[in-house]
Amino acid sequence: MTPDLILFLVLAALAVATAVAMLASQSAVYSALFLVLNLVTVAVLYLLLNAAFIAMVQVTVYAGAIMVLFLFVIMLLGGQQAGSGPDLPWQRPVSLVLGAALIGLMAYVLLAGSRGTLLTAAPLLEGFGSPQSVGRVLFSEYLIPFEAVSTLLLAAMVGAIVLTRDERKEGR
Amino acid sequence: MNIPTNYVVALSAVLFSLGVIGVLIRRNAIIAFMSVELMLNAANLAFIAYARALQQLSGHIFVFFIIAVAAAEVAVGLALIVTIFKTKHSIDVDLVSSLKG
Repeated sequence: MTPDLILFLVLAALAVATAVAMLASQSAVYSALFLVLNLVTVAVLYLLLNAAFIAMVQVTVYAGAIMVLFLFVIMLLGGQQAGSGPDLPWQRPVSLVLGAALIGLMAYVLLAGSRGTLLTAAPLLEGFGSPQSVGRVLFSEYLIPFEAVSTLLLAAMVGAIVLTRDERKEGR
Repeated sequence: MNIPTNYVVALSAVLFSLGVIGVLIRRNAIIAFMSVELMLNAANLAFIAYARALQQLSGHIFVFFIIAVAAAEVAVGLALIVTIFKTKHSIDVDLVSSLKG
């Protein structure tokens, strides 16, 4: 057990625990806060995996902007109340069985495919995953997709405004 | 850093499955939506793990794009949830069944 591996196992346990807590907690606000914790844990994992730039993007965009939006909507709707209708009796067991089957399938694929060469990664290049190296690739090879993403974000912004517009005030 | 790639991908698989379970179990639309975010996040983790194993920066670029698309998706999705709440006065996904045949 190297220190790296111990750190990874601690972070992995924390990520799984926060994900389970997110699913199990009855209050939507607690769920959102557990998801923030999960996203920050995964950001630390990105740092361990030589992805410093992506870790920063994860914290600012995901844990910052997106989750604040979620919390705003939860507060706006008073989304505290959980499902109000009658419970479907078979929903919980069936979904747990399906989820366990999915985990089993993925474990099988991983274990069957683990004899590849991925475990013995060569020593990394200097500065792999730093903002400089990512930016260089982003603005040379992937410039057109990058511009397309900016158009997509604009379209999403317009879409959100159009969807939440109050139509009763349109007539005046 | 010496973390076997398989361990990270296994963690990603577990997180993805937890997201799937969340979408299946929870009927609060906002929590189901947060579970979708959990799944996207798990996919990102697999991308980063393989990017490191294969020494390819393309994985990082794609994670960046996925995060941007997730931001767009959240903006539109939450606007839809707000609109549904205005008409149905609930965000229980079972109540959104007007298209049921």
